[in-house]
Amino acid sequence: MLQKLYDWVDERVDVNPIWRDIADHEVPEHVNPAYHFSAFVYCFGGLTFFVTVIQILSGMFLTMYYVPDIENAWNSVYYLQMEVAHGQIVRGMHHWGASVVTVMLFLHTLRVFFQGAYKKPRELNWIVGVLLFFVILGLGFTGYLLPWDNKAYFATQVGLEIAAATPVIGDMLRTLLAGDQSIVGAQTLTRFFAIHVFFLPAVLFGLLGAHFILIRRQGISGPL
Amino acid sequence: MSEPKKVSRRQFLNYTLTGLGGFMAAGMMAPMVRFAIDPVFKPAAAGDFHSVADVKEVTNEPQRFEWEVEQVDAWYESTIQKTAWVYRKEDDEIIALSPICTHLGCTVDWASNEEYPKQFFCPCHGGRYTKDGVNVPGTPPTAPLPVFETKVEDGMLYLGEEIAR
Repeated sequence: MLQKLYDWVDERVDVNPIWRDIADHEVPEHVNPAYHFSAFVYCFGGLTFFVTVIQILSGMFLTMYYVPDIENAWNSVYYLQMEVAHGQIVRGMHHWGASVVTVMLFLHTLRVFFQGAYKKPRELNWIVGVLLFFVILGLGFTGYLLPWDNKAYFATQVGLEIAAATPVIGDMLRTLLAGDQSIVGAQTLTRFFAIHVFFLPAVLFGLLGAHFILIRRQGISGPL
Repeated sequence: MSEPKKVSRRQFLNYTLTGLGGFMAAGMMAPMVRFAIDPVFKPAAAGDFHSVADVKEVTNEPQRFEWEVEQVDAWYESTIQKTAWVYRKEDDEIIALSPICTHLGCTVDWASNEEYPKQFFCPCHGGRYTKDGVNVPGTPPTAPLPVFETKVEDGMLYLGEEIAR
């Protein structure tokens, strides 16, 4: 049945080369932990992506209950965690995944750095990777505020002060992030929500696309 | 005079279509960008003076005073509590210092660290300020504590806007 369906589509659209181009390629021996166990260091990039996918999925489901409003944000988080079936698990995935993604990303960066895999011709991909690092940190920073509890509020207070310490444009940057010149409040929460859920993920997808296209065109760096 | 450069039909179309596309993109982006950066252009809220305490309560030793302010946060209006460290200088002038550390925004306390009984101390990163609110060199803060505008009327102390120093 499925095969028939696939053949029907393939006959008209010729999908075979599309998925072969995406998925059908050899993994070189030196990056395959089945041959050399030490090659597990090559897994960190893929693990980062895997956890990122978990973050995207769990985040999508969390927005079914969450509201970015200072009166209700905390209550909606409390409700989805305490009252909704498996809420603790879904929020737990997003909560812990946020830390895991950062750790995996860091390990991936260390591997690329210490193997010198960023050298010519892969400099551009290193740059894209650093931008991805900033985007992930930004997602962590903006997501931290959303439960609107005391820890979130004061962590953001501190984060905004750090942004304000930027030379020349510091105060403007702070206002742009907070949505108000002196208050961390209603507009800060809506802004952080918009940045966390729409703006940064959009940038993330673009950069991830570039990251993967580049690695496919240039191939994985050779063995040490 | 050199021969004027010929623009080919293809070039002309390329330029005009790129220009048109640019205008369309700009027309779409301009309202959205202005929308997003609006907070930067909003006029700063003019601060009123609020009655804080009886001037007789103010001594030479910094004391915490709290008062309430109506705050308008876009569509959300609320009453918030403000705090200041207030004391009287030798020359009788009243000083009201903001308790917000200029390092990263924690709350500073007067004489809370036994090693520095005559200073303001921030528990987060050990920032210190002298009694007049000036940051002690070698500690994290890079600026003195802000001062509140002060006013005395009918024996009551009024505090206004915070002024960064």
